[in-house]
Amino acid sequence: MANYSLKINGETFNVDVEDDTPLLWVLRDHLGLVGTKYSCGIAQCGACMVHVNGDAVPSCTLPVSSLGSDEVVTIEGLSKDGDHPVQKAWNEIDVAQCGYCQAGQIMAASALLKKNPSPSMAEIEDAMNRNLCRCGTYHKIREAVAYAAKNK
Amino acid sequence: MAELMKTNRRDFLKVAGTAAGGLFIGFYWSGCDSPKMKVLSDEEVLSEAHNFNAFLSISPSGDVVMYSPNPELGQNIMTSFPMVVAEELDADWEKVRVFQANLDNDKYDRQVTGGSGAMPHSWERLRKAGATARHVLVAAAAAKWEVDASECSTEKGQVIHKGSGKKIAYGDLVNDAAQLTAPEEVPLKNYKDFKIIGTPVKNVRNKEMFTGKPLYGLDVYREGMVNAMIQRPPFGMKIKSVDDSAAKNVQGVTDVVVFKNNVAVVGESTWPLMKAKKLLKIEYEPDGTVESSEDHERLFGELMEKGKAQVMRKDGNVDQAFSKAAKVVTAEYQCPFLSHSPMEPMNFFAHVKGDRVELVGPTQTPDRARMETAQLLDIPTENITVEITRLGGGFGRRLRADFVVEAAELSKILDKPVKVTWSREDDQTGGAYRPAVRYKFQAALDENGKMTGYKLRGVGINAGNTTRENNFPSGSVDNLLIESIDHKSPITTNAWRAPITNFLAYAEQSFLDEVAQEAGKDPVELRLELLDRAKKDPVGEIHYDVDRMKTVVETAAEKSNWGKDSNVMQGFSVYFSHRSYVAQVANIEMENNQPVLKKIVAVTDCGIVVNPTGANQQVRGGIVDGMGHAMFTNMTFVNGLPKQTNFDTYRLIRMKEVPEIDVHYIDNGIDPTGLGEPALPPTGGAIANAIYKATGKRLRAQPFIEQKEFSEFNLEIKRV
Ligand code: FES
Ligand code: FES
Repeated sequence: MANYSLKINGETFNVDVEDDTPLLWVLRDHLGLVGTKYSCGIAQCGACMVHVNGDAVPSCTLPVSSLGSDEVVTIEGLSKDGDHPVQKAWNEIDVAQCGYCQAGQIMAASALLKKNPSPSMAEIEDAMNRNLCRCGTYHKIREAVAYAAKNK
Repeated sequence: MAELMKTNRRDFLKVAGTAAGGLFIGFYWSGCDSPKMKVLSDEEVLSEAHNFNAFLSISPSGDVVMYSPNPELGQNIMTSFPMVVAEELDADWEKVRVFQANLDNDKYDRQVTGGSGAMPHSWERLRKAGATARHVLVAAAAAKWEVDASECSTEKGQVIHKGSGKKIAYGDLVNDAAQLTAPEEVPLKNYKDFKIIGTPVKNVRNKEMFTGKPLYGLDVYREGMVNAMIQRPPFGMKIKSVDDSAAKNVQGVTDVVVFKNNVAVVGESTWPLMKAKKLLKIEYEPDGTVESSEDHERLFGELMEKGKAQVMRKDGNVDQAFSKAAKVVTAEYQCPFLSHSPMEPMNFFAHVKGDRVELVGPTQTPDRARMETAQLLDIPTENITVEITRLGGGFGRRLRADFVVEAAELSKILDKPVKVTWSREDDQTGGAYRPAVRYKFQAALDENGKMTGYKLRGVGINAGNTTRENNFPSGSVDNLLIESIDHKSPITTNAWRAPITNFLAYAEQSFLDEVAQEAGKDPVELRLELLDRAKKDPVGEIHYDVDRMKTVVETAAEKSNWGKDSNVMQGFSVYFSHRSYVAQVANIEMENNQPVLKKIVAVTDCGIVVNPTGANQQVRGGIVDGMGHAMFTNMTFVNGLPKQTNFDTYRLIRMKEVPEIDVHYIDNGIDPTGLGEPALPPTGGAIANAIYKATGKRLRAQPFIEQKEFSEFNLEIKRV
């Protein structure tokens, strides 16, 4: 066990965990930030995506010991009241079915738009293809990312 | 014209409210009876909103609170049910709040999500609840104004008196309304007058979902709770020995428990359990038959040839028809096992305290979860509560209760509240798959290409009846034989979204394409001919409405420009399942000598479309699901062990693999039927038939990409 001081959503959290513990489980089991989801655990689905220094990365394979002073943002920290343009677009386009994958989708989309504010459809697909949605909301995800890009 | 519905005066219970906080009108569902009315205090509802499971209440502030009885897994029932009530109530949708009801057999019936059955089951009751509430509110306003109720109308949570222009909000009427008696009959709206139904209404849980609020079973964390993960045995195996020394040494593991053929690792948090589970050394021995996919191939062949089949349906004399036939068409089709793979893996929270049990989690059948727990622990059902969380997908997997019962059993052994989490690997290997099935079809054609005989023989592995014997084309062929054989296997199976039809439809609709080809007919024309026959002079019993099926076929042909553009290679498919009719056309165009799947056109008759945005999700989601599994997904076994244990090898469809989907509905005003499943079955057939048109390659087994025919071309998928 070791003590880690983590920067998450603009705050500092101290946790005492094994150094191989993935960030995902630190968030969920130790910090009560359950918006970040577990689904595959092997970086194949994107349900667990968070921002690390602005990049969308799967947190299920990211050992807590690798974070150092990296800035982590989770779905809970994306905006104060759910009013990030991507969240607004997700509501406007009414994307979710079961909703389980959607936090990861939103984190992937918001990281993309930060880097590339007006992506083409092909660029949207390249960025979003990592995220699985078992309910098949892909059409609406595409539409919502494009909508968010237009309505910032 | 408004329809008149009977309500039963006896069931309409009236209780005067006294609390200073105000009054509520509550409707309790009681079996199939009419709504009952009860007045509750403001405090009662607001402080105990979550425990109050009545269906509908209206507060003095005008808030309309509804409890959604059915588990929500993405079918959007939590939005569509309240829409129906709000429609007849003429509620202000902005003031509608919805909560998930707990399991309560006294207040609700059919608290199940499965079979696309919730809307047809509840449609009329929901409307009656709303209409009854509206009726007493109007009566209260009329009495207050001393006018006739017939002079009053309602709009957005207000009663309006036309003559004087007076308006009053529902919230200001609940006290008076509570003193009134429910009417014998309530008029229901004509569907043409609907204002909420038929408009796109956003999911009532959008905000919680896009801000990451705890909603799902895996998000349940309770005081004093421990976490557990379980290593379950391969199919057909039992434990011989367990060496848990390495697992126990993992920091954070507090217990290792062996029960039945399971080994549970227990601790405070999840990660140490994932590590420890991998360190368990478990030796298994066969517990009977252990099967591999190779065995299934052999069994399919043997049983198809010589197995003893159950005759599901027999019309006319098939032997004669086939012996007289000018041409016989024969083909075999096969589909593999599939796992359900909802994005949220199985999990459940259980707390057994003496003879009381608290269960919390994602289940499609809370009642079954409770019953099986009661049986296992020998505890009366009334001592067991079930709180239903949101489900991160289900697809039928959560119709079983295995994951609930084992959590309860473990809680009892540990004497602690426990949440059991399945890893993705556990979820993939833990069973309850879509059964694998092989079909043999035969058609007898006369010299004019008319189908005079039809034979279908299905062999399934734990599939039950592999056929739908009274479905199309039954009723349209004089001589017909439908048979089914089931092989009992240790590999567990379970309903998988659109059970049986999810592969039968592909096989049948592809085979009909082969028949059309051999008969020299257009595939749409062939279907319409058969349907005409079934209409004019049906052979035996049929379970589909010929006119509705014909309408979706014709509309799909029209919307897809069927056969009009020689550059577009089209595949047709139509299927009736779960009370709805869906026809689909897949469009392939050749680009640089490559077949490119460009579009799928779907025409659905599910009666009245309650929520177009939700309906589009179900139709497109069903098509994406049907396409993904037909194209890519396979589940194979070696000695009882599933081989595709995670999403690296178990291939689910991704964004870039989804073509444009064009969705249409038939507007016929018929009471709505379910939509969670019916769009899935036709998709595989439409795509396979279009591929045949474009390449001449007939794909007779799924997944398509693993067929050798598929490797001879390269199907591209064009997105919007
Ligand atoms: S859970 Fe991390 S990518 Fe799937
Ligand atoms: S909305 Fe259910 S998995 Fe994406």
